[in-house]
Amino acid sequence: SRELLVLTYGALVAQLCKDYEKDEDVNTCLDRMGYDIGIRLIDDFLAHSAVKKCCSYSETADMIAQVAFKMYLGVTPSVSCSSAAGNEFSLILDKNPLVDFVEELPAERASLCYCNLLCGVIRGALEMVHLAAEVTFLQDRLKGDAVTEIGITFLRKAEDRKHKRN
Amino acid sequence: MAIFSVYVVNKAGGLIYQLDHYAPRADTEKTFSFPLDLVLRPHDERVVVAFGQRDGIRVGHAVLAINGAEVNGRLTADGKDVLEFLGNPANYPVSIRFGRHRLSSNEKLMLASMFHSLFAIGSQLSPEIGSSGIEMLETDTFKLHCFQTLTGTGRLRARLCGGCHGARPPHASVAAGIKFVVLADPRQAGIDALLRKIYEIYSDFALKNPFYSLEMPIRCELFDQNLKLALEVAEKAGPFGPGS
Repeated sequence: SRELLVLTYGALVAQLCKDYEKDEDVNTCLDRMGYDIGIRLIDDFLAHSAVKKCCSYSETADMIAQVAFKMYLGVTPSVSCSSAAGNEFSLILDKNPLVDFVEELPAERASLCYCNLLCGVIRGALEMVHLAAEVTFLQDRLKGDAVTEIGITFLRKAEDRKHKRN
Repeated sequence: MAIFSVYVVNKAGGLIYQLDHYAPRADTEKTFSFPLDLVLRPHDERVVVAFGQRDGIRVGHAVLAINGAEVNGRLTADGKDVLEFLGNPANYPVSIRFGRHRLSSNEKLMLASMFHSLFAIGSQLSPEIGSSGIEMLETDTFKLHCFQTLTGTGRLRARLCGGCHGARPPHASVAAGIKFVVLADPRQAGIDALLRKIYEIYSDFALKNPFYSLEMPIRCELFDQNLKLALEVAEKAGPFGPGS
């Protein structure tokens, strides 16, 4: 059934490419769909994995890589912290099952983020546990980079600033 | 050994699902002659027993039916006021059924919201930060178990003291998640596992249903069926919990 998922995902991206001319539109659409999935997937993840609440950003990033990715995609990306402030992490995927049947992006779709759905899913899931984050692809094997790298930047919570006064 | 009911409260405090699995109906029907030795008084929309407990008729029980016909709030089936009817010796002997009244759906909604607020207050009163909130409420006839998920779209903000000029009053924001509340017999064990199971069932049959919108009342057949199955399994396990 993994194959069916990969094929379905491929068909989805292909259809979106037909529907939208610009790559950015396709990317946005994938991200939004991923977000809608993420806000529901987080409860499924918490219900089935029974993990405890994470106390730090690095714990959260580790959780995503080692438990969530394993559970849903069967791969375990490696995590590295890429900022001194401790709020930027990258997940490096050696193997990305979603691109099993894709060799490379077509020439006219050079800036398409094929797996942008994943970014949306992570963003949506984090938002539901009150962690605002920006998730993007830093490197993409489909675009010629060596590995696929997803960057997660945890944003400062907006509420803290609102209550500064009185 | 029973599980009485299940409530699911969304992040804003609204009731999105309710199931009455087992209601211990302790109805008592008796024939009375004038004068009635029970003292009845109106309460809310019902007529309840205020004094004169006997034979299974307890204080707080409401008048459910007169002469076999169900009463409609404070009026009998034919529209007469119940207290007037029972004050008239010509109507006796009369057979009255007493019992605990069932909660109406509006009442359940209100009570669920109240519990949600109490839960929030409970987490804030905790001397330790990061309290899990009310997990269990015990009475002599039932135990209420509550499990709150970590997810939540909104934050409940509460100011703990009014603003003093210049100083910044401490405020605590409580992340609200979905709450699963189970009311069960005090001797029933394994409710923790049951709450986790209900969370799983919710994530499987409500969240994964593409036509179900988050935070809305759950109207999914599969959720109902699986929940009832889970309750039956938990009940069969009895006072020792499942897996023993």
